[in-house]
Amino acid sequence: MNAIDLAARVRRGEVTASTALAESLSAIDARNDELNVFLHVDRDGAEARARAVDDAVAAGRDPGPLAGVPVALKDNLCTRGVPTTASSRILEGWRPPYTATVVERLVAAGAVPVGKTNLDEFAMGSSTETSAFGPTRNPLDPERVPGGSSGGSAASVAAGMASLALGSDTGGSIRQPAALCGIVGVKPTYGLVSRYGLIAFASSLDQIGPFARSVADAALCLEVIAGHDPRDTTSLPEPAPSLVSHLDDGVAGRRVGLVSELVEGADADVVAQVERAAAALEAAGARVVRLSIPELRLGLSAYYLIAPAEASSNLARYDGVRYGRRVAADELGAMNEATRTLGFGDEVKRRIMLGTYALSAGYYDAYYGQALKVRTRMIEAFRQAYEQVDLLLGATAPSVAFRFGEKTANPLAMYLSDVFTIPTNLAGEAAVSVPFGTGAAGLPIGVQLLGPGRSEARLLAAARVLEVAS
Amino acid sequence: MTAGWEMVVGLEVHTELRTATKLFCSCANEFGAAPNTHVCPVCLGLPGSLPVLNERAVEMAMSIGFALHCTVAPSTFHRKNYFYPDMPKNFQISQYDLPINSSGYLDLPDGSRVGIERAHLEEDTGKSTHLGTSGRLHGAQRSLVDYNRAGVPLVEIVSAPDIRSAAQARLYVAELRRVLIATGASDGRMEEGSLRVDANVSVRRPGEPFGTRCEIKNLNSLRSLQRAIDYEADRQIELIEDGGAVRQETRHWDETTGVTSTMRVKEEAEDYRYFREPDLVDLAPDEAWRDRVAAALPPMPGVRRTALLQHLEDPTDAQRESVEVVLDLDLDRYVHGAAEAGLDAATALARTANEVAAAEEGAERLTVEAFVGTLRLEASGQLSATQAKTVLADLLAEGGAPEDVVARRGFTQLASDALGGVVDEVIAANGDEWARYRDGDDKLAQFFIGQVMARTRGQANGKAVVEILRSRRG
Repeated sequence: MNAIDLAARVRRGEVTASTALAESLSAIDARNDELNVFLHVDRDGAEARARAVDDAVAAGRDPGPLAGVPVALKDNLCTRGVPTTASSRILEGWRPPYTATVVERLVAAGAVPVGKTNLDEFAMGSSTETSAFGPTRNPLDPERVPGGSSGGSAASVAAGMASLALGSDTGGSIRQPAALCGIVGVKPTYGLVSRYGLIAFASSLDQIGPFARSVADAALCLEVIAGHDPRDTTSLPEPAPSLVSHLDDGVAGRRVGLVSELVEGADADVVAQVERAAAALEAAGARVVRLSIPELRLGLSAYYLIAPAEASSNLARYDGVRYGRRVAADELGAMNEATRTLGFGDEVKRRIMLGTYALSAGYYDAYYGQALKVRTRMIEAFRQAYEQVDLLLGATAPSVAFRFGEKTANPLAMYLSDVFTIPTNLAGEAAVSVPFGTGAAGLPIGVQLLGPGRSEARLLAAARVLEVAS
Repeated sequence: MTAGWEMVVGLEVHTELRTATKLFCSCANEFGAAPNTHVCPVCLGLPGSLPVLNERAVEMAMSIGFALHCTVAPSTFHRKNYFYPDMPKNFQISQYDLPINSSGYLDLPDGSRVGIERAHLEEDTGKSTHLGTSGRLHGAQRSLVDYNRAGVPLVEIVSAPDIRSAAQARLYVAELRRVLIATGASDGRMEEGSLRVDANVSVRRPGEPFGTRCEIKNLNSLRSLQRAIDYEADRQIELIEDGGAVRQETRHWDETTGVTSTMRVKEEAEDYRYFREPDLVDLAPDEAWRDRVAAALPPMPGVRRTALLQHLEDPTDAQRESVEVVLDLDLDRYVHGAAEAGLDAATALARTANEVAAAEEGAERLTVEAFVGTLRLEASGQLSATQAKTVLADLLAEGGAPEDVVARRGFTQLASDALGGVVDEVIAANGDEWARYRDGDDKLAQFFIGQVMARTRGQANGKAVVEILRSRRG
């Protein structure tokens, strides 16, 4: 059942949160061993939450807009007392002493967090294959990846294990798995959602957002988690936008730009669906123009300097001194080295080395400094595009879900999975992936709608048009 | 300093700010608590935590900037990356190319001026204790870390290489300390580590370009600062005169042996990989805020010193020292009050730097009016110097008006004819001394004053006694 209807029925007392949770837990029990979606299921915590929601309803109190909705949390979101690993051995066994702002807001709205989902280690990857705890399988075809890095969260919603899930999107980590799993994923404007409690990968790019089976559910979830948080200075000062009330605004009169760089190199089945989406928007009253933003081609290379540079610093704290895993050695430097050697996987090490190099004296200007300039150009290019159009349209991912091992041998091929999603992160803007038709092997395809900062209401209304037309 | 050589010194002073809470979280900024009791996810750098800048720390940093005549400008934060176990995130949040304060100066009491290159905000690290014989991280059997200090706000004040002697370096730090205390931003306690100094020292022949410098660490007092700089300059001169060259390095001062030794050479210096701190937004205090902070600044020690010295003609070294005591204890108002009332500023300065300064918290009870009143009674001869000091002591202990103390103590001085009688008695009783005094041995006046005081239980005015003695001498 979708989240909006479930919450409405729980609030009216027609169904209990405990019943909804039981359904969620039985879906998890049925397939989690096969799919490896959850790293940790918080049965006791979830059952207590569900009972609290039911008690509130029984006492005539309103538990909130997400009353009784089972939600899954990407395991890079801190949850007090509940294991949080970022899918890394280095954090194995760590239980945070505090809870992320987004999780607090979900719970305050009546939602019931059921557990922590698998991800690429420290969110570095596009297939969930870099997780230290094994890959997650795509519920639609267990021989294929669910995408990543938020593969577990996407799979949990696609497999009916949770009505909603939270992920984080640094270069496409919500939108790409949403596309590969056939669900809706939103990458909000940078600063719209508090990052407090999100284990950082690349701080200037990371943003938390929802996965849902419908555009309306995604809008409701985003409304709940958005809004200023005094614990995150980079969070926008404005209150959360109203999204659900604009869902039926449609696209009549909207100017939509179909961007050639956002379909370039995509498989034919993907391109065909993007074209069909453009036609659907036109049929709903939008005016579609074709345009080119050549700067978008620079996104991937700039991203693979900026994100690793920030990561190399963000991940320095995992040294075995204070928390998480420690590999004993005779002296401090050796202990740090042994801990990090055994604690981090290959992809994480690769990015720490890339980032350390990019920031080093003598290389900074040529690499990191240059990437910052590209980022500025990207922001300017988007700004100019949004003088002509209200929204941009393109593919979310170049292909449908790929098979395990297909891209693990070639990091660059894996990095190309995010070529269409990265520019939005560099610009700090908003984008939505919405399922639209199917492609090879009957697997779902996601199309991507992009908008300027704080354009979520406009984007979700357009996504709703595609959802209906699909 | 060896003839024909000149030393060039620049100082980096770190001061902890006296905020109630840390720079990026709400943990208490308090020295001396049980280890790891003032910690939270933010200052422990736990995964997912984020820094939030302390507004009060920004105000204090701006105060320091204004007090040092700096340009106070919009600034940014950077990460300084290096691994050390007392630094929870393995990077320090600091300011790099755009510091909050830049291009200022500090005038020293000797009339010299030292440029201030920058005074920027950053977070402190935790404190390590290394167990084992070495006392340092290397070779320690066990290391313990207290993170109470991690995230405490610091301002690092970097001077220009304008200092030319160890004594001037000491003067600079002493004056800077007074300025920091005056702004309210620092308690200036070197012994608790809330004020820490590193010295960059090089030598050259006058007129030549700067030589290669060494940075001296572990300077925990003004005394070690002065000794270490002198030692280091001599070491460099000797090295060059022996045909060697100074190597750029960081050196450790050993207070016990009185020598500096190599900690690390420049080739081993870390690459800090500075980049903008993405978790913090730019710091751009608006003009109104900056104006408010500047306006709230009390007068600085330099200005106050000039104002106090203005009352004195050609001040002696002792008077200059008294002025420093008055400045340090914030007692200027007594000297100014007396001088404005037309009383002798030298006496007022002496009474303030001695009697008033000696009374703990006495200044809270002694009004300027009562102080001036007491000095006026002394000047008019109604009180002897001894009596005036006693009156001040009572006022400092209990407050009140000098007239009441005088009445209670019965300090009504002898009328001059009665005093004349006492003087005559003393002359009669001390014939030999009188004869020598009469023959011109003025030193004996003190003897007679003493005798008269003894007979009057201190109620005579010393000056009046001398006048009577002179008149008797004829």
